Amino acid sequence: MSAALVLFWFLAALVVVGAVGVVVMRQPVHSALFLLLSLVAVAGLFVLAHGEFLAAVQILVYAGGIMVLFLFTIMLVNVRRQEKERFIHRQAGVAILVGLALYAVLAGLLLGEVRTMAAHDLGSAADPVRLASTVVDGVTVAGNSQAVGWSLYREYFLPFEIASVFLLVGMIGAVVLGKRTMEKVD
Amino acid sequence: MVPLTHYLGLSLLLFALGIVGVLVRRNLLTVLMSIELMLNAVNLNLMAFSRQLGDLTGQIFAVFVIAVAAGEAAIGLAIIISLYRLKNSVNLDDAAEMKG
Repeated sequence: MSAALVLFWFLAALVVVGAVGVVVMRQPVHSALFLLLSLVAVAGLFVLAHGEFLAAVQILVYAGGIMVLFLFTIMLVNVRRQEKERFIHRQAGVAILVGLALYAVLAGLLLGEVRTMAAHDLGSAADPVRLASTVVDGVTVAGNSQAVGWSLYREYFLPFEIASVFLLVGMIGAVVLGKRTMEKVD
Repeated sequence: MVPLTHYLGLSLLLFALGIVGVLVRRNLLTVLMSIELMLNAVNLNLMAFSRQLGDLTGQIFAVFVIAVAAGEAAIGLAIIISLYRLKNSVNLDDAAEMKG
């Protein structure tokens, strides 16, 4: 087993432990911490998949931004007093069955795909250099961040701008929804 | 070298866990966290295919998914806070006015 594979299994175990923890923990703050574990492990998997820039973005945006939002919200809504209540829904049995059914269907598809790939010998990945270099004015520039940035600003400039408008709208919406005077409006 | 199918299998499991989390939990905050889990599963898939094909498009897509996840989390949490002000609860079953 190669070092990359060992690392993959280690990170995959962390991801799954984190995800299970999110679902089964009673206190939302514990769920949030398990989610953090899962997100950081996913960032590690991004590094393994030659996406170093995305790994950094994952840590900055998820672990740095979204988790802080979650923790502040948990603090603001003071959920601790609902400790006595049941935290699992009555439909839990059916829900787990639905999850298992989805997993079975998709895993079946994946296994079929594995057979096809083995038959056509498509198993090996592409050269990672292609993800970590870009040609600028005839000069090859190394680095995944440069490659992603180049592609983002050259080929995907319009979607990038739309995303920034989306984030602006999201920010304004969050401020308006969070304003205390909302209650007087309706 | 990690095979593509390992990534796909992991992301599949992560997505299924996210679905179960959304359906099972009664707390709105953990439901939102489970949605984040599902978005992460999608990102993992995109990254795995990007590596497999040697094509950056998957990584660009993942950037946009992260941007949408950030917006979704901000709006979702703002909605949770205003719901809490209205109902004094973050329990999903307390927000069932639309149920016929």
